[in-house]
Amino acid sequence: MTTAVIAQGFNWTRCRRKIANISTARGIAAIVVFTIVWELCTRLHVPIIGNVPAPSAVLAALGKQLVSAEYWLSWRDSCLRILSGFVLAQVLGIPLGLLMGMNRTARELIYPVFEIMRPIPPLAWVPASVIFWPTSEMSMMFVVFLGGFFTVVLNIVGGARSIDIRYIRAAHSLGSSRSDIFWRVMLPATLPSIVVGMTVGMGITWAVVVAAEMIASRSGLGFLTWRAYVAGEYPLIIIGMMSIGIAGYMSSALIRFIGSRLTPWLRVF
Amino acid sequence: MNTAEALSVPAPRGQISIRNVSKVYDPEGARVLAVDNCSMEIAAGEFCVVVGPSGCGKTTLLNAIAGFHGITSGEILLDGKLLCGPGKTPPPGSDRIVVFQNGALFPWYSVLENVTFGPVVQGVMPEREARDRARELLSQMGLEGIESNYPSEISSGMRRRVEIARAMMTDPSVLLLDEPFRAMDALTKTVVHQFLLDVYDRSNKTIFFITHDLEEAIFLGSKVYIMTTRPARIKTVLDVDIPRPRDFRVLSSAKYIKLKKECIEAVHEEALKAFKAGEREMA
Amino acid sequence: MSTASAATATRNDAGPSSLEVSLFCLREWLKSAAPYLNLLGIVGFIFLWYLLTEKLKVPWFNKLPGPVGVYGEWVSPDPSYGISLYTPEYYQHIVTSIWRVLQAFFLATFLGVPVGLMMGWKKTFKDYTFPLLETLRPIPMLAWVPLSILMWPGREASIIFLTFLGSFFATVLNTLLGVESIDEVYFRAAHSLGAKPRHVFLKVILPGALPFIFTGLQISMGFAWFSLVAGEMLAGEYGLGYLIWNSFIMVQYPVIVIAMVTLGVIGWLSSALIRLVGNRLMQWKVREEIR
Repeated sequence: MTTAVIAQGFNWTRCRRKIANISTARGIAAIVVFTIVWELCTRLHVPIIGNVPAPSAVLAALGKQLVSAEYWLSWRDSCLRILSGFVLAQVLGIPLGLLMGMNRTARELIYPVFEIMRPIPPLAWVPASVIFWPTSEMSMMFVVFLGGFFTVVLNIVGGARSIDIRYIRAAHSLGSSRSDIFWRVMLPATLPSIVVGMTVGMGITWAVVVAAEMIASRSGLGFLTWRAYVAGEYPLIIIGMMSIGIAGYMSSALIRFIGSRLTPWLRVF
Repeated sequence: MNTAEALSVPAPRGQISIRNVSKVYDPEGARVLAVDNCSMEIAAGEFCVVVGPSGCGKTTLLNAIAGFHGITSGEILLDGKLLCGPGKTPPPGSDRIVVFQNGALFPWYSVLENVTFGPVVQGVMPEREARDRARELLSQMGLEGIESNYPSEISSGMRRRVEIARAMMTDPSVLLLDEPFRAMDALTKTVVHQFLLDVYDRSNKTIFFITHDLEEAIFLGSKVYIMTTRPARIKTVLDVDIPRPRDFRVLSSAKYIKLKKECIEAVHEEALKAFKAGEREMA
Repeated sequence: MSTASAATATRNDAGPSSLEVSLFCLREWLKSAAPYLNLLGIVGFIFLWYLLTEKLKVPWFNKLPGPVGVYGEWVSPDPSYGISLYTPEYYQHIVTSIWRVLQAFFLATFLGVPVGLMMGWKKTFKDYTFPLLETLRPIPMLAWVPLSILMWPGREASIIFLTFLGSFFATVLNTLLGVESIDEVYFRAAHSLGAKPRHVFLKVILPGALPFIFTGLQISMGFAWFSLVAGEMLAGEYGLGYLIWNSFIMVQYPVIVIAMVTLGVIGWLSSALIRLVGNRLMQWKVREEIR
């Protein structure tokens, strides 16, 4: 006979799976109802919601978009901007964050500047960045970079400061050198906060890139959405929004996947 | 026991009959027996201790009495009324207050607000009166001066005592204690043991106390049920006829040592079984 | 000596008052090297900015407004670009932005907190609403800009809607997270003590979720400013985001920096205010952290 703890655990997963099924059904039902209500609202010209293009119109426009090269080029441009800005933010932000986390003096010198800059919304940087950088592509990359940079740096500093001192003491008493402590204790211990910073940063990065494209670009998914509005092709707005949503979701999922690979000891679920 | 009766306290209530209770987890699937055909008669005002290895199913029994889940067969009666049977789970009620393993004082309420929680939510007395009573009770229990502190600001031993005070506020018939002193150091433990004994001697409530600590069981209880490893069955019942009020001197008395010796073997055998089962589980 | 009195106060009564604690912390902080390094960092940053833009006029940087120019414009009673501490327009932009954020933020809080609490409290409610929320959430609030202009009559409503959206999701999700983080044992304890559902809601769920709710409110305040700036840049007629964009178009570069700094200060103040209110409401948490 299996023991009760195993049985309880087993029981739980079964139970949860069952609940999950009801929940999924309910969730799907809710989304279906939502879509129908939305369609009805547009048909009946309900104020406000009625102004939104109907799902049927969106669906009709979607077919045309999926085969147009321009649509996929928008995807490519946005993704490239995200990738370059985001990677740059990590490459510069992680070392800086670690430096500030490890070294008290560095932290006290640099951190206040970050604290001052942080509340300025990344988009407020767009004009300054357009003035500064010679091409609009570079200025957009810079704004995207800023969005990811602050998040990752602040998360690492927070993570490095909250490391349990016992780990460092244990490493010391086991005879570690300073570099051992950095590579074998501090870095792995901050890794979860780096991953969190990257996940949050990815979300912000997408928001920034979309807005920057609307404001200062002639390509990308944000521009596609904005142009659809300006040109009066309203169903395309929804397609643009959905594409951005999917792109954002996929990049977050990617980061989460990489994160769970980097921190296997945290894998609980 | 006899000393408690000698004191003029209200007629004890809270007689629990546990009759042939079994609990099966997942009745349609793996069918794992957690509690197997347990019967206990707990007299009103009795201090009953259930000892068993960790995870043997004793908490399952307590949860059934508390009303957190049902049982598969058998019945549990409180003062002659059917409390729990197959298909009948009682709602958790203020007549059976639980003191939890790791403590469950609300961290967002001060000590006083925690202690008055029961009467206030039950609406049995106005808040002002509840406060006065709570202050009185706390000072009776030697806990004055911490009313406005939050649980995080007092020691773990203090927290546990406040939790017992909170349970006493609603004047329950039964106190259900689920390994309440589990994570406590030995010194703190002696203090809270004495505290619990004082409360018991004064109030004469029925106490259903779960522990895996044999010494604690004999020191506190009037009757000690030793359970087997999963599924939980009653292995031995021990009558502890050490007179009350008891204090730490009991621990070195010949009677105590004799009782301890008597049941150590029984428990050890079960502990070994549980340990091996545990190892199998991990493998 | 002051340290000793603070320590005895902890033992005797309800603990040191929050004022005492903060005074004590302030004194300790001033004794360390930290404040001077902090100051040095900020001064160094501004000096570097000055050096690059105004003194050495390094290529690229020389196009940016420098600190001296910005400061001179900011405090000038007769600013060359029409915006300074002395002009009513400056305050009009500030007030417009704050008013928009306030409306959106309170709307988001009063809708988002109850929705989040309900989702955590009633499983069925969560089943129906959560997937919908999760479907909409990955869309950055800024992608809503065109749709929101399309939906709402007038700029004002669409900007507020946009700002509201950003805050709403953060508030709901954090509140839900807060309810789900409450240990099961507190529910059991409340039931065991005879609590009815409304007591469970008011005395367990609400206070238990409060720390997360306030974290959520801080995040949501940040998002509110974030989307407000975007909304104002694209569709505003007043407000700091509009001021930034308009100054860019009109080549009034120092004003951009003035508006950015103002945004930063107001954004910081608003989240500090939420922290303050949160600490007021959650003395138990504050004292836990002091320990």
